[in-house]
Amino acid sequence: MTIVSSLTPEQRAVAEREVYVETPLRRFASDFSDSRIALLGLAMFLAFISLAVFAPLLAPQNPYDLSTLDLLDSRLQPGQSLSTGQIAWLGTDGLGRDMLSAIMYGLRISLSVGVMSALIALVIGASVGLVAGYAGGWLDAVIMRIVDIQLSFPAVLIGLVLIAVLGTGTEKIIIALVAVQWSYYARTIRSTAIVERQKEYIEAARCLALGRGVVLFRHLLPNCMPSLIVVVTVQVAHSIALEASLSFLGVGLPVTEPSLGRLISNGFEYMMSGSYWISFFPGVALLLLILSLNLVGDQVRDVLNPRLQR
Amino acid sequence: MKALGLDRPIWDQYIIFLTNALQGDVGRSFVFNTPAIDLILLRLPATLELAITALILANVLGIPLGLYAGLKPESVAGRSVMAGSILGFSLPGFWVKVSLIMLFAVELDWLPAGGRGETATFLGITSSLFTVDGLRHIILPATGLSLFTMALVIRLTSAGVRETLPMDFIKFARAKGLRESRVISVHVLKNILIPIVTVVGLEFGGLVAFTVITESIFSWPGMGKLLIDSINFLDRPVIVAYIVLVATMFIGINLVVDLVYAVLDPRVRLSDAGGAGT
Amino acid sequence: MRGKILGLVGESGSGKTVTGFSILGLVEKPGRIEQGRILFNGSDLRRASPEELRDIRGNRISMIFQDPMMTLNPVLRIDTQMIETIRAHKKISYDDARVLARDALGKVGIPSPDERLAAYPHQFSGGMRQRVAIAIALLHKPELIIADEPTTALDVTIQAQILSEVQKLCREVGTALIWVTHDLSVVAAIADQICVMYAGRIVERGSTESVLDGPSHPYTNGLIHSVPGNNRPGTPLQQIPGVMPSLLSLPVGCSFRQRCRYADSMCMAEPEFNAVETNRDHIARCWHPLAEGRPA
Repeated sequence: MTIVSSLTPEQRAVAEREVYVETPLRRFASDFSDSRIALLGLAMFLAFISLAVFAPLLAPQNPYDLSTLDLLDSRLQPGQSLSTGQIAWLGTDGLGRDMLSAIMYGLRISLSVGVMSALIALVIGASVGLVAGYAGGWLDAVIMRIVDIQLSFPAVLIGLVLIAVLGTGTEKIIIALVAVQWSYYARTIRSTAIVERQKEYIEAARCLALGRGVVLFRHLLPNCMPSLIVVVTVQVAHSIALEASLSFLGVGLPVTEPSLGRLISNGFEYMMSGSYWISFFPGVALLLLILSLNLVGDQVRDVLNPRLQR
Repeated sequence: MKALGLDRPIWDQYIIFLTNALQGDVGRSFVFNTPAIDLILLRLPATLELAITALILANVLGIPLGLYAGLKPESVAGRSVMAGSILGFSLPGFWVKVSLIMLFAVELDWLPAGGRGETATFLGITSSLFTVDGLRHIILPATGLSLFTMALVIRLTSAGVRETLPMDFIKFARAKGLRESRVISVHVLKNILIPIVTVVGLEFGGLVAFTVITESIFSWPGMGKLLIDSINFLDRPVIVAYIVLVATMFIGINLVVDLVYAVLDPRVRLSDAGGAGT
Repeated sequence: MRGKILGLVGESGSGKTVTGFSILGLVEKPGRIEQGRILFNGSDLRRASPEELRDIRGNRISMIFQDPMMTLNPVLRIDTQMIETIRAHKKISYDDARVLARDALGKVGIPSPDERLAAYPHQFSGGMRQRVAIAIALLHKPELIIADEPTTALDVTIQAQILSEVQKLCREVGTALIWVTHDLSVVAAIADQICVMYAGRIVERGSTESVLDGPSHPYTNGLIHSVPGNNRPGTPLQQIPGVMPSLLSLPVGCSFRQRCRYADSMCMAEPEFNAVETNRDHIARCWHPLAEGRPA
């Protein structure tokens, strides 16, 4: 501290410049912030995350504590006040539940299921794809054939079939989402791994007689990360949308875990009688959540795309 | 229990199931107590009607819009079309359909919110497309179902146009003194039709699959709605029948697309006349 | 100029192809014709309406392109591509048009034209495709054909065939021909007149013998001396030093002066066309026109 304060401003500027080392992460951050719309997307996504994480603190009421609900408050229009005096900014549903609170809790469920399934799928898909790309031969052929077949069917259909076989329930939905998604990761990482495998650093690692696992996960995997990160952002959006679709159809998460999709579906019954907000606002929340992820994903793809790198 | 054969060992059940399935019999519905395949086939026409209408809509609207966006990419209208197609990709389908109902059925009250209208039989085909009431009922679900495919068609078409326009053979067609309308509608369009037919053809399978969501929202009495009901009632034979039928359909669609592709692109046709070398 | 052949010569990027396209009004955005007139039978094509121009294209003026592999639409049959050209300019039934198309194919030397009509472009070789393109260009017996390096993409033997074929057909029909090329030997073989282009401008014009025997512009002189056949075996080929300037940033004055060994302060001003002393029809855009290979 004393040393720094004894420096002239110019010297300090030089010193600071030397301390600033351009790490890959920093370069990524500066490239990413080139796009304002992507920054907006990121801000929106972070806002959604904080809403979800701090829902119990931020929400006006606990929508699933039945003792706080009052049936007299049911189907209030946006802006009317509850019997407790609070204002229901987004209206209430058929049970007198404040929609704003319901959406915040719904976000919590949608996000956690979406992110969790995307991450599990990442681990499984990346490992399988890495092994297929590195090993090649018949193992690669078999794995990629399965991936191709799976990718030729729409995700919703595969999800529905799996749920039809497994039955409903939170962990079963996650299993279904993982089963739908792993193939995207596997395909992506395999194509990168095939390219990377040819490079000399892998040959060097093998010449050092390193174990296969070490070569795969310590040397090959980190170099496949950029393409993987791109897929993750897009897939989280996909899995949130897919879960919402399934829940909307009534075969997704159980009633005790009302995600955004379930909220929209619940409100759908009331829509015919004109209470549009019960379905509309959860829909807007879902829309913005998916949109923000797509904006972030697009920019991440542009920044990490090796073909566009300057 | 006995009637359903659930008292037998599991592998025994499986062998009986396989033998029967190969003969087109996947069992009787637990709920309706009729053969599951018959149940599905009964609902198939309604689903096909919806999917085909959506496919036609997607192309009839998507190709001209894509052409326009490809020919005038800098214009305001062209840009709006492209922006709209991005939305069509990223919005969750069921939410768009719910919004359609909200706007056109509830707020404006122009069109019915759900159900299949009257049907009529024409040339041996029973369809709701032949009655006014039926047409009114199919507009919203078919539009909702077609949006994703339409976005895809728009993007494919406009990308194709922008790729084809600078080609020499387009300049040559103009140098021959052809009218611009013929250059676009024959020389450009026929070239970009090949990728469109391939993708759209394969997309038809996707449309059939997505009827599951559309039919549930618009209470359309097709096999997709039946599938959701069966999942909720744990009516396994019907689920199996659905899977078998849809898988067969996918294989059939792939075959048809390959054949159509060969008709459209002379270069993939097998021929021994002439070579491509100089 | 009916039935005459004009050779338009210049190196790549000198504006030969664009000249061809601007005659037909086919210059693509952002390019446009800034000034000047395009006279065809006494009328200015730049003043023609789009519909008038369209009716002239393929009918009174037609064009043959450089790469025969790219000029025919790959997904349309040959008959479609020929018949549409006929019917764009003539009210005639489909079947009659087909007969005309078949005759045209026969005339350019395509064997069994009846069967070949139903074929697709990929079933033809490059030389055959160029014959089809020539047949299309000749369909309406045009007054002018612009041939944009039609033989550069072909084998040498086929080049010669196409060359003599086109020459013969033009004589028969009485069509004038602008033959765009960078190959002086081709021009020497067929052209009556030569225009030499450099950096988007014509720098020398005259009858073929006059230009080739006594080039007046130093650039033409350089071009002639860089053709291998004109040198004694064993001596190194003469080259024109440097590269052509970009058309977007032309130098002040004569655009060739940076590569010209005779350039001096006079060349800072733009030269006008000057007739060569011995021949009034032979003109060059140069301050120091050559006579007998040296500045006069």
